[in-house]
Amino acid sequence: MSASRLFYRIGFYIAVVLIVVISVFPFYYAVLTSFKTGTAIFEVDYWPKSFDLANYDKVLTQATFPRNLLNSLFVATSTVGLSLLLAVTASYALARVRFRGRGLLLITILAVSMFPQIAVLAGLFELVRYLGLFNTPFALIFSYTIFTLPFTVWLLTTFMRDLPLEIEEAAIVDGATPWVIITQVFMPLLWPALVTTGLLAFIGAWNEYLFALTFTSSETTRTVPVAIALLTGASDKEIPWGPIMAASVIVTVPLVVLVLIFQRKIVAGLTAGGVKG
Amino acid sequence: MARIELKNLRKSFGAFDVIKGIDLEIRSGEFMVFVGPSGCGKSTLLRLIAGLEDITSGDLLFDGDRVNNLVPSKRGIAMVFQSYALYPHMKVYDNMAFGLKLASAGEDEIRRRVTDAAKLLQIDHLLDRLPKQLSGGQRQRVAIGRAIVRDPRVFLFDEPLSNLDAALRVQTRLEIAKLHHSMNNVTMIYVTHDQVEAMTLADRICVLRDGRVEQVGTPAELYEKPNSIFVAGFIGSPKMNFLTGAFAEAYGCHTLGIRSEHIAVADEGAVWTGTVVHAEDLGSDNYLFVDIGAAEPVIVRQAGKLTIPYGTKIGLVPSPENLHRFDEKGVPAA
Repeated sequence: MSASRLFYRIGFYIAVVLIVVISVFPFYYAVLTSFKTGTAIFEVDYWPKSFDLANYDKVLTQATFPRNLLNSLFVATSTVGLSLLLAVTASYALARVRFRGRGLLLITILAVSMFPQIAVLAGLFELVRYLGLFNTPFALIFSYTIFTLPFTVWLLTTFMRDLPLEIEEAAIVDGATPWVIITQVFMPLLWPALVTTGLLAFIGAWNEYLFALTFTSSETTRTVPVAIALLTGASDKEIPWGPIMAASVIVTVPLVVLVLIFQRKIVAGLTAGGVKG
Repeated sequence: MARIELKNLRKSFGAFDVIKGIDLEIRSGEFMVFVGPSGCGKSTLLRLIAGLEDITSGDLLFDGDRVNNLVPSKRGIAMVFQSYALYPHMKVYDNMAFGLKLASAGEDEIRRRVTDAAKLLQIDHLLDRLPKQLSGGQRQRVAIGRAIVRDPRVFLFDEPLSNLDAALRVQTRLEIAKLHHSMNNVTMIYVTHDQVEAMTLADRICVLRDGRVEQVGTPAELYEKPNSIFVAGFIGSPKMNFLTGAFAEAYGCHTLGIRSEHIAVADEGAVWTGTVVHAEDLGSDNYLFVDIGAAEPVIVRQAGKLTIPYGTKIGLVPSPENLHRFDEKGVPAA
C-alpha cells in the first residue's frame, strides 16, 4: 500500500470516528446522566461511575408516564398504518393509472409538504376542534398523517414506477383486480420501500412535539415528548434532570430496536428473477 | 380453441395511429405468427387481442362474439411475455397457480392442473423454487406453464424467445411447436421480429408493416410468392437479392428479385459476371458475395464447402422460373 493511499485510509477513518462521536455523544451522555442521582448529575464525567436505577424507577412509577408511552405507541403505529394504506393505494394510481392532471396532482401533493407546521397550526387547531378530536389521540393521528402522506406517497410512487409493467399485466391476464395487484403482487415486492417509509413515518410521529403540545391538554392524552418537556421537579426552581434523562433513554430505545429489526428486512434486489435478469 | 376475427381494427395513442385498420381471420387451432420490423405495431396488435390495450375502433371477435370490452381474464386468453413477467416473490407453484386461485378453483383442481402442466414442461422438480433461482430457459418454461394452467382458448406469445441465447432459442422454439401439437392444436398467436422463428413455427404468417397487414399466408406462400418487395426482402435468410436499373430492365421490370439459392455459378450461359468480394463458409453451405456492378453484391448460395477463392471472376446463371419481378410501386409486375 502506497503512502498516499494509507494517508487517505487514515483520514477516512478519522472522519468516520468524528461523525460517529458527534452523533452518538449526546445520547451517550444522556444514558450516563440517567444513571446518576443527586449532585452527581452536575459533575462532568465521560465514563460511567455510578449505576443507579432510581431515575428510571421514578419515571416509570410516576402517574402518567407509562400511559404517555402507550399514547405515543398508539399514535405512531396508527399513523404508520393509516398513511401506508392511503399512500400505497394513492401511489398505485399515481404511478400506474393514466389520467389527466396526474403530474399536477403529484406536484400539489409535494407542495403540501412545503408548509411549516407552525403555519398551519392555527387552522389545523380549528379543524381538530370542529371535528371534535381535540384532546384525543385521533387529533394527533389525523395531523401526523397529513404531514407524513406527501413524503410517503412520493417515495412509494417512485418505487411503484420502477416495478416492471409486465408483472402487472401478467396479473391482469391472470384476472387480478387492482386491489389484488396491490396487495398480492406489488406489496410483497415493495417491502423494502414500505419498511423504509413506515419507519420514517413512525419516527416522525414518535418525535413530534408541536402538534402534540397543542392538540392535547390533559396529562393522560399526552405523548412522550410533551410529557418529558413538562416533567416537573419538587419545586418550580428544580429541573429534574435525572428523570428527564431516564425518560429520554426510554423513549429512544424503541426506535433503536425498530431500526435494528427492520434493517435486515431492507434488502435490495427483491424483484430479482421476476423479469429477465 | 377459438376462431378470432379482426374487423377494421384500429388503435391510436393520441394523434398517433399505430394500428391502421386491420382485417384478419385467425382460424381455430391455427398457429399464427405476426412478424414485422420493430415499430410495425405487431406487439400492439397482440395487446389489443389480449385486452391490455383499448381498441380505438373496429371489432374483435372470438368465436363470433364481440370481445372489445371484455377484460383480459374473461377472454380466455393466456399470455407469455418477453421478460417472462413471473411474480418474483412467489414460488414456481404459486406463480402457476395464481390465476386459478383468483378464479377460486378448488385446491385439488389447482394442484392437479399445475402438476400436469409442470410435467408437460418438465419443470415438476422446480415447483418449490423462486424465479430468481432459475435459469432463463427455466423461467421461460414457468411462464409458458402459467399460461397452460389457465387452459386458455388462445395462447398469446410476445417475443418469448428474444431473451434466450441462440442455442436455447432453437430448443425452446422446438418445444413451443411440440406444445402446439400436444395441446390439440390450440389457437396460438405469436409475435416475433425474427423471420426464422416465423417460418419455422407458423401455420400462417401475417407480415405487418407500419400498422397494416402486408401479406398473410403460409410460410411457403410468403417465401415463393411474396406480393411486395417488402415481404420478399423480409422473409428468407439471406435476404433476397434485388437488382434495379439495367439488370431489371433486361427482364422488363423495375426491380428484379432472386433468392440466393436460385443462382448457379457457371461460365457457360452466364447472365451476369462479377468478382467474389466476400464469402461465408457455413460448412454445409457457403455464401458468395459477388460484385456484378449493381448497388450491392449479389449473394449466391452453394451447397457444400467453399471452393472458390476471393477475387475470382465468375459467371452467374439465375434460374428463370424463380425470378421475382416488381414494378415501381414494389408490387409484382404483371
